[in-house]
Amino acid sequence: MNALRIKKGASRKSAYDLKSTYGDEIETHTLAVLVDNEAGVLARVIGLFSGRGYNIESLTVAETDHAGHLSRITVVTTGTPQVIEQIKAQLGRLVPVHDVHDLTVEGPSVERELALIKVAGVGEKRVEAMRTSEVFRANVVDSTLESFVFEITGSPEKIDAFVEMMRPLGLVEVARTGVAAIMRGNAG
Amino acid sequence: MTRQMSGAQIVVKALKDQGVDTVFGYPGGAVLPIYDEIFQQNDIRHVLVRHEQGATHAAEGYARSTGKPGVVLVTSGPGATNAVTGMTDALMDSIPMIVLTGQVPTFMIGNDAFQEADTVGITRPCTKHNWLVRDTNELAKTMHQAFHVATSGRPGPVLIDIPKDVQFANGTYVAPAKADKGHYNPRVKGDMDRITELAALMETAKKPVIYSGGGVINSGKAASMLLRELADATKFPVTSTLMGLGAYPANGDKWIGMLGMHGTYEANMTMHDCDLMICVGARFDDRITGRVDAFSPNSKKVHIDIDPSSINKVIHVDVPIIGDIGHVLEDLMKVWKSRGRKTESEAISKWWGKINEWRAKDCLAYTQEGKIIKPQYALQRLEALTKDHDRYITTEVGQHQMWAAQFLGFNDPNRWMTSGGLGTMGYGFPASIGVQMAHPESLVINIAGEASWLMNMQEMGTAIQYRLPVKQFILNNERLGMVRQWQELLHGERYSSSWSEALPDFVKLAEAFGAKGIQVSDPDDLDDAILEMINHDGPVLFDCLVEKHENCFPMIPSGKAHNEMLLGNASTEGAIESGGAVMV
Ligand SMILES: Cc1ncc(C[n+]2csc(CCOP(=O)(O)OP(=O)(O)O)c2C)c(N)n1
Ligand SMILES: [Mg+2]
Repeated sequence: MNALRIKKGASRKSAYDLKSTYGDEIETHTLAVLVDNEAGVLARVIGLFSGRGYNIESLTVAETDHAGHLSRITVVTTGTPQVIEQIKAQLGRLVPVHDVHDLTVEGPSVERELALIKVAGVGEKRVEAMRTSEVFRANVVDSTLESFVFEITGSPEKIDAFVEMMRPLGLVEVARTGVAAIMRGNAG
Repeated sequence: MTRQMSGAQIVVKALKDQGVDTVFGYPGGAVLPIYDEIFQQNDIRHVLVRHEQGATHAAEGYARSTGKPGVVLVTSGPGATNAVTGMTDALMDSIPMIVLTGQVPTFMIGNDAFQEADTVGITRPCTKHNWLVRDTNELAKTMHQAFHVATSGRPGPVLIDIPKDVQFANGTYVAPAKADKGHYNPRVKGDMDRITELAALMETAKKPVIYSGGGVINSGKAASMLLRELADATKFPVTSTLMGLGAYPANGDKWIGMLGMHGTYEANMTMHDCDLMICVGARFDDRITGRVDAFSPNSKKVHIDIDPSSINKVIHVDVPIIGDIGHVLEDLMKVWKSRGRKTESEAISKWWGKINEWRAKDCLAYTQEGKIIKPQYALQRLEALTKDHDRYITTEVGQHQMWAAQFLGFNDPNRWMTSGGLGTMGYGFPASIGVQMAHPESLVINIAGEASWLMNMQEMGTAIQYRLPVKQFILNNERLGMVRQWQELLHGERYSSSWSEALPDFVKLAEAFGAKGIQVSDPDDLDDAILEMINHDGPVLFDCLVEKHENCFPMIPSGKAHNEMLLGNASTEGAIESGGAVMV
């Protein structure tokens, strides 16, 4: 099994708990949405989530096929199984949407996030930050005598853990990209 | 063939090529080039409404009564924002509509220019899709795509925002057949395995019901005919949502009346107690289901719908079938026939025995006595005197709307236009104008409440200008009746702002516009007055003074189950508990 897969039944509550008529366990799902890269398409997707009260835990978007003008939106969302089904169906009926894949149920997938993390400190704390970054395989992409900027890639949980380790060592700022995800294996 | 022409010419040419004969609109600075082109041709009639909301509802009435998309043309800024209610209404009721809005020139967008509004931003959630066209060469393609999107799959409103410089500039015209329609192409054929599952369920059901909705009407006349065939061949009872009235005829012998909050006792009890529910083009709206966890507890549920997002949205179903109603019903009938046309006919006759017991409650009973007209009586007389006419009915929103649904009979699809999903007061009058434009020889009646009617009364000018003999049948209770009813049942009879104060003299009002006004208050005068209305060749404002405190029953209080229906005034005390009171 894929170690990076987000566990079912984790995470937050949704207002939709109240409404659900079956299976009210909250699940986290990663959806890959292939859309026409046209003006307003991201607003359409985000508007759907806010308008219908769905959660967005993470969202990334970029053009992935320049010739075909296609963008890929990766959304991590939470909800009961019924709500997750609704989210997929609602996304699927947006006119610019080509495909909606639920990477959480369609077989093993890989998920990665990138973060840039600034830590300031001197002496023992600075040394400890450096040592921890090596354990997490973070790279130093900028350094001054009193600070580092680390670049770290991995699952959101790994980044969370690294950020927590840095907090007592002089954490200044965190910038995260959100999750990008893709199915394992040769299928497209 | 590709040809160079101005953006404004492209718009008009595309409309013609799409078979549009009528456009409802209102001009302004940002659409003047298009109005100029409309002026110079005779194929498309432009109907000048008196408010852009009127244009949208008129287009809805046109669309609903013809099955063709309605077209609206308005200016930027306030023209576009005034059209928002009608687009939302069309989205909720799945009405195909194309709205063309003018926009400030592309080089001024974002500068808070005069009459600039972020029209695509504002209307994104209230359209099926919308476009801002920045290049005249994209205009023809976008126009054709817009018609494709509005009319395929689950129909709905679309909007094209056209900056003024794009209307003036020259570009290439492409014909509909040549235009790239994009990848949007919802499936229409249902899954044959699922359809076979349904056929098998039909063979063993002892207490079946067909629950039909607006999707049957949207699918086209053939779908309504197939629904009739299905019901008549299986002897399954048929009920319908507000939006679906007329798909199965009210005079058909499988008809058990409308269901839902103000539906018949027999329809709701049948839904509650059935063992097989076949939902055909309806969406388990909260007005239909009542308390969701007590909704039809012992039935297998089958849902046929073209929109995958309607499946399992509210009610979990056992057999979902995604597809166009017409296609699915056709396949279903083939499969069911080829399997030997079987039903549990004995059990089904027993089921009808039960249904007829419920029917014997006579849940729509009321008493007409004394010198005050009961609204139900007014509608029953209207029904008696107009049912043999080539008749179209629109409504406003409120008690009168529910009584119209209960007391008027619809034997054909596309004859009943009402605002179901959004419940828009002010819908009915402009909608009647749109219907009359499409059916100039027919009798078009808007069943109205006095309060709703005033919301778009300016359209009287439109009716006069285009000589549209629309009949405005106002059930005047001098109250926001439906609000008053809820306040009576739910808020301790504290009638907060539910009076229609300072009402106009409707007869004089009609005359001020150049129309005919009729007022009636005595039940004995009612028939003559109705006949006078029908026989008058021109618009009529019919002010029917009715009982002021009549309540609309039966009623399933919000938050209650189908079998907890209120049948009359006696049982209403404390009927709605705090849990239900938060619902609308
Ligand atoms: C635009 C709009 N505003 C408010 C409402 C809420 N509302 C529903 S019914 C109703 C009263 C309608 O009064 P009237 O048209 O006189 O009809 P009646 O119920 O008296 O038959 C109101 C205010 C609505 N449906 N639409
Ligand atoms: Mg009223």
